[in-house]
Amino acid sequence: MAGKTLYDKLWDSHLVQQRDDGSALIYIDLQLLHEVTSPQAFEGLRLHGRKPWRLTSSLATPDHNVPTTVEERKSGVNGIADPVSKIQVTTLDDNCDEFGITEFKMTDIRQGIVHVVGPEQGATLPGMTVVCGDSHTSTHGAFGALAHGIGTSEVEHVLATQCLVQKKMKNMLVRVDGQLSPYVTAKDVVLAIIGEIGTAGGTGFAIEFGGEAIQSLSMEGRMTVCNMAIEAGARVGLIAVDQTTIDYVANRPYAPKGDHWDMAVEAWSDLVSDADAQFDEVVVLNGADIKPQVTWGTSPEMVIAIDQDIPRPEDQTDAVTREGYARAWKYMGLEGKKTLADITLDRVFIGSCTNSRIEDLRSAAEVVKGRKVAESLKQAIVVPGSGLVKAQAEEEGLDKIFTEAGLEWREPGCSMCLAMNADKLGQGEHCASTSNRNFEGRQGFGGRTHLVSPAMAAAAAIAGHFVDVNELVKH
Amino acid sequence: MRPFTKHTGIAAPLDLANVDTDMIIPKQFLKSIKRTGFGKNLFDELRYEDEGQPDQECTGRPLREDFVLNQERYQGSSILLARKNFGCGSSREHAPWALDDYGMRSVIAPSFADIFYNNCFKNGLLPIVLTEEEVDQLFKEVEANPGYELTIDLEAQKVIAPSGAEFSFEVDAFRKHCLLNGLDDIGLTLQESDAIKAYEEKRIQTAPWLFEARSL
Repeated sequence: MAGKTLYDKLWDSHLVQQRDDGSALIYIDLQLLHEVTSPQAFEGLRLHGRKPWRLTSSLATPDHNVPTTVEERKSGVNGIADPVSKIQVTTLDDNCDEFGITEFKMTDIRQGIVHVVGPEQGATLPGMTVVCGDSHTSTHGAFGALAHGIGTSEVEHVLATQCLVQKKMKNMLVRVDGQLSPYVTAKDVVLAIIGEIGTAGGTGFAIEFGGEAIQSLSMEGRMTVCNMAIEAGARVGLIAVDQTTIDYVANRPYAPKGDHWDMAVEAWSDLVSDADAQFDEVVVLNGADIKPQVTWGTSPEMVIAIDQDIPRPEDQTDAVTREGYARAWKYMGLEGKKTLADITLDRVFIGSCTNSRIEDLRSAAEVVKGRKVAESLKQAIVVPGSGLVKAQAEEEGLDKIFTEAGLEWREPGCSMCLAMNADKLGQGEHCASTSNRNFEGRQGFGGRTHLVSPAMAAAAAIAGHFVDVNELVKH
Repeated sequence: MRPFTKHTGIAAPLDLANVDTDMIIPKQFLKSIKRTGFGKNLFDELRYEDEGQPDQECTGRPLREDFVLNQERYQGSSILLARKNFGCGSSREHAPWALDDYGMRSVIAPSFADIFYNNCFKNGLLPIVLTEEEVDQLFKEVEANPGYELTIDLEAQKVIAPSGAEFSFEVDAFRKHCLLNGLDDIGLTLQESDAIKAYEEKRIQTAPWLFEARSL
């Protein structure tokens, strides 16, 4: 019999009940909650007179709607200027109080983006099942946890039953061999993968990322890769547990301690795919071939290396692709432009659940240190992923480096990644963004998003247009 | 949940691949704490010329004339014909809520994003996968024939065209059962409470750290 993949093992260890029709009841260890996708779930519980199954399995924090200016944040939820956003955050506070769920409220230093907070607290652990009403829950797969986004009805289902009705996915291995070049980061790797397999390439699969280039990444880098598995269509991204994982988790506030820690570490050593495990599909990339990536269009698969020409619709052979490219060209205002450097940038955003962790901020700070943001830019903002990331960055003096270079240093939240708060693009504005989606209107009505790594966003902020960060740092 | 058994309605063709959930319902409308009222903002940026605001009255807003749902012949449509990878992007259930609230009962496409596909079933909305060729054929027929209606028979797992041509589709047995009977799946799962408790009792022996109190 063939060995098991990491996904197979996680599935098996959480199987409550296998049904004849192929569906299964899967046990959920951790549910993360935020203000946008939970209110209707709590309302559903109330309507049916139901209670959460197990309170200690939930952790909540507001992130999507929270303002990121120091001024608005001073008075907590009362400082939110937008009345509709304020109601949503207040509703989360009220629901968590009513049902007894642990919440890091806006004024708590531990507040931040759910996908930054969970791992930072050690709430996310290897071998767990983790869900959240947010597609970027795949992030937590970096810990060898089975993690995926769910809709609000399922948020309610997990609250009420601690389980989900699931069908097993197929297994895909994406292997990135060899070493990465200087200034080629986890973000470039995952964008290159999406460019290779497309935004639907992983649909129906749990993707395990492996190979030397992946194993060499820090936990922050691994989270960036798994975070964007969903942008390749896969709800689940996974990376095997190794010493890097264990070292990151050790001594986190919610991580097991004492005997339980030793017991856990031993159990976690099995969270790797067996050598003879069978994958339904295997994709291989060479790490050394990956260059800094930039998206040019309105889907994450519309991505090229910094030195490539922007692909033209008329060169596409498939009719649906040609039409999609033509629509993207028009939306992005690319007429008359040949390369990425021809695009004049208006704003730069460094943040989001993809790239707002300490390593991301260090990487951006290293590039802007001693330099100045281009005068042509309207704005460049840095939004740390949590209050604790912010505090650590300030301890390291990164905030000073950013502000001296002309970038704004903000309070933690999702911010301009999806513009549910006041941070957004104006119509037609181009933004170099470290977030995860470049969809039409994502960062603001008519806004034009280009996805990049923190180092590439920092380099773009200095130059005012896209430039290979390797070239910029030479001067 | 409202059951879905058999439905006949006007089909509207949305000829665009990779329609993402930000297109289906833009983020500013996610601030609502209700499940209803999203229909007027379905496809807001594709449908209106201006930027929509939450709680805004939408009659009188400038319409994009070329958008399919703004055309006279597709008024009252309840079946959306779409291209591949429909519903990609975020997990927002507001996307099926908006389609449902608008009056859509089914979406037919060559492929769907996983989370969106799953969310549809929780809301009495039936996502149907047909082959690229079949979807292509339906696009051609609907565009050539004003008032074109399709019939969807979930029990028989068939889409029936006006010509009488039938297209079979696959659907998960459990999801089909829930949809046909309008079942609340939380209620169904709670019938298995003993199995869930038995799992917990076993699991706490091998992984006790997962059950430690989390309050700090």
